[in-house]
Amino acid sequence: MASSAVVAHEIRSEGGFLPWLLAPQRRGPLLVAPALIVLFLMNIFPLLWSFGLSFYNYSAKKRDVPDFVGLRFFERVVTDPVVWERFKTTAIIVSSSVLMQLVVGFLLALLFAKQFPLRRILLMLVLTPMMLSLVAVGVFFKLFYEPTFGLVSQAVAMFTGDRYALLGSPTGAIIGVVIADAWMWSPFVMLLVLAGLVSVPKYLYEAAEIDRTSPWRRFQTITFPYIKSLLLLAVLFRTIETFKLFDVVYILTEGGPGTATETIGVYVYRLAFQYFRTSQSAALAYIILFVVIVLTSLYLYAVNRRAQEVD
Amino acid sequence: MTRSREIGRAGWGWTAFAGIIALIYFFPVMWIIMTAFKTRPDALAVPPKFFFTPTLDNFVGVFFRAVISGGGAAQATEFPLYFFNSIFIAGVSCLLALIIGTIAAYGFSRYPLKGNETYMFIILTTRMMPAIVVVIPIFLMFREIGLSGTYAGIIFLYTAFNLPFTIWMVRSFFDELNTEIEDAARMDGATERQLFFGICLPQVKAGLAATFVFGLILTWNEFLFALLLTGVDTRTVPVAMARTLGGEMGVDYGLLAAIVTLFLIPIFFVTFLLQNQLLRGVTFGTVRK
Repeated sequence: MASSAVVAHEIRSEGGFLPWLLAPQRRGPLLVAPALIVLFLMNIFPLLWSFGLSFYNYSAKKRDVPDFVGLRFFERVVTDPVVWERFKTTAIIVSSSVLMQLVVGFLLALLFAKQFPLRRILLMLVLTPMMLSLVAVGVFFKLFYEPTFGLVSQAVAMFTGDRYALLGSPTGAIIGVVIADAWMWSPFVMLLVLAGLVSVPKYLYEAAEIDRTSPWRRFQTITFPYIKSLLLLAVLFRTIETFKLFDVVYILTEGGPGTATETIGVYVYRLAFQYFRTSQSAALAYIILFVVIVLTSLYLYAVNRRAQEVD
Repeated sequence: MTRSREIGRAGWGWTAFAGIIALIYFFPVMWIIMTAFKTRPDALAVPPKFFFTPTLDNFVGVFFRAVISGGGAAQATEFPLYFFNSIFIAGVSCLLALIIGTIAAYGFSRYPLKGNETYMFIILTTRMMPAIVVVIPIFLMFREIGLSGTYAGIIFLYTAFNLPFTIWMVRSFFDELNTEIEDAARMDGATERQLFFGICLPQVKAGLAATFVFGLILTWNEFLFALLLTGVDTRTVPVAMARTLGGEMGVDYGLLAAIVTLFLIPIFFVTFLLQNQLLRGVTFGTVRK
């Protein structure tokens, strides 16, 4: 109350609300205010709302007054073995996919680190998967993996004579999801590694040439130091993004067979929109939020380290 | 900053090698595009057909539905509307995000607040968050206030969805500017408004265009929000794609492939033009070079 009285006094002494608002010391807050308001309304407020919901027994399907249950849903989520099972599935998919993206992205970057005719056009071919709609990737990879008509099955059948249902077994389904996701996002890693490769000063390679250093040693001592922080960035960024994995899995396997590929994203979706356990899904969403905050701060730490190295 | 763009040169031999790898990588997309030109039996032929007589039926089918009984005139589908929705919703929300975001980015860059970087961090976190986390409360909120299925609702949501990206991108452009020019202009008595519109904005024009287009790309393929928050009249193409999946005859892959192909064309050309800004774009402006 005291501070609002002070503000009211200031407004009066500076001759009206508008001049007060436009004073130089309020320029920063004023410029960022519209953006913060929009973000508050569309992101922070819904999050707070769902935070509130997670303390009540609420279902989007029922219209009765929800009762206050305190931390029960958090307790239920944390102690639920199913949740940990889903986290484990997500961790397996995320780590194998990110690893594959790193390897493929790195190899692609080596391919495109040279200047050669038609480079721009060939680069576009490699970048196209990133631009596809997730729905398209999901549906067509499902078709590729399909036992009767699918290309994968028919390619395997040429050797074994049997149809092959990749998505039929739990391990196969995970491999299928990982390949689709890694195919889509390896070009992203390629772009980051490419930036690192380009930033290596050429004279270092020339010096290595004169010293007759082996290619492996050249990579270890010259190339790797220049790309390592970008690799770290790529790992974190892709981990955050793959952690969200929902659309592709949902269309490709619907989390199956059984629950073999049910990632945490798919599980939250099911809780909220199929079982209508709104409060429980909100509580789980908060745990995801926590993970993302940790990962994002690590990411920004990596960004700053890279910025210092470049300067 | 050691900047040597002198990367190794290679000749046509390398082109051939890279070409083969790129084509293998591109193969699934190639297959989708080929499927778009196949008849229904060709699309699901066993063994798969690499050579076939191309047909445009699927592309026609995107826009016109054959009337099976009665033999009347072909009926137009809702697809033009969905394409329009995709462009309109993405366009307006990206433009709004660009305006609000540029102003905010200028503030964050030139008039740092107390805890400036904390705000930037929170803003980035809102973007990194899985959509599934916010979509539940937003779904409930929209239902309460009647924004479900309206243009206003989805546009407002996408504006917020694009803001973090826009702020980080544009701020990275403002931060790169040489402040000496601004200081000199300030000494000469330029007002703050003149500084912003006359000096800073023109210098980041190309960056703003790139930011806008990247926003479009990010919004273009968004699926989950669109699935839950658009209605019959405001449906976007990715949702419409998903809706072609359910049907008595099974998935019509040719039709779907035609939609995917049509939907890929604009974004493909835009990306081609923006190749030099691509890295900054895909990392939300956090990585510059």
